[in-house]
Amino acid sequence: MSATVVMILALAAGTYAFRLAGPVLHGRVEVPARVQELLSAGAVVLLVALLATGAVTEGAGFAGWARPAGVLVAVLLAWRRAPFVVVVAAAAGVTAVLRALGVQ
Amino acid sequence: MRSPLRTPMVLPLVRDASLVWAASGVVGVSFGAISVAGGLPVWAPVVMSLVVYAGSAQFSAVGLLLAGSAPLAAAATGLLLNTRLAAYGLAVADVIGRGRTARLLGAQLVTDETVAFALAQPGPERRRLAFWVSGLGLFAVWNVSVLAGALAGRALGDTAAYGLDAAFPAVLAALVLPAVRDDARTRRCALAGAGVALVATPAVPAGVPVLLALTGLALYSGRPKGAA
Repeated sequence: MSATVVMILALAAGTYAFRLAGPVLHGRVEVPARVQELLSAGAVVLLVALLATGAVTEGAGFAGWARPAGVLVAVLLAWRRAPFVVVVAAAAGVTAVLRALGVQ
Repeated sequence: MRSPLRTPMVLPLVRDASLVWAASGVVGVSFGAISVAGGLPVWAPVVMSLVVYAGSAQFSAVGLLLAGSAPLAAAATGLLLNTRLAAYGLAVADVIGRGRTARLLGAQLVTDETVAFALAQPGPERRRLAFWVSGLGLFAVWNVSVLAGALAGRALGDTAAYGLDAAFPAVLAALVLPAVRDDARTRRCALAGAGVALVATPAVPAGVPVLLALTGLALYSGRPKGAA
């Protein structure tokens, strides 16, 4: 089985199990507010780590300057609550322009 | 009994939910395009969107896979992101309905947007209707838009020239920064976690640094939101 299929099947099965736990266990389990807070914070921590590693690294090394610069622009725009399309297009655009200018 | 489609409640729900659908459609097109432009076959984002149906987890898993991560590490990161769905499932257990079929099908529709939309409605009948209207609509829009994006992504040539490798982290920035800026405790954990992930990258297999970032949660204190 290809890596892609393994990843999709594992993620799909686990995700559905998480979703189904609620309706199945309803009335028998109460999630403490503290646990819910940690789950939310954990998701944010993972996403920020993905953002940082995706922006700066390529394999085990540095990704060059164009991509971090593009993502930095995206971060600033997202912080200012710019629309989704603007954030993504700006990141790709800045990165592409820098590469066209010879920045790797 | 009158058809639900004729009740006065449905149209306002469709109107309100359509704003969520439109926003998700844009994200879906991005996911499809970036996945295929990054090297995955067209069927991969399409199948994934049907069976996983969790946007941030799909982005993270595909991003890691394209970065050379082992498949189970990529799936593990996506699953950790999706643990919150268990809490959502509990929150809407009453709303989905009592029958076995309703539960099995409705579980797949549990997402941040659909749960928030349903719970915002007054009264149990309206909540149930809101859950199914927004959930089914979102599922349809998400999958159609991912397919459209995947087909468009196939038309792109050299992705580096378009800066598309910056698009994945930019999507994550758009999804996550609102939460980071609104909660100082979460922000502290996130910055610590990002530091751990970057330091670990040269030393451990691809996909693992992001999991190590969870050690940043050690800084999560009990003080109320906004406290420095």
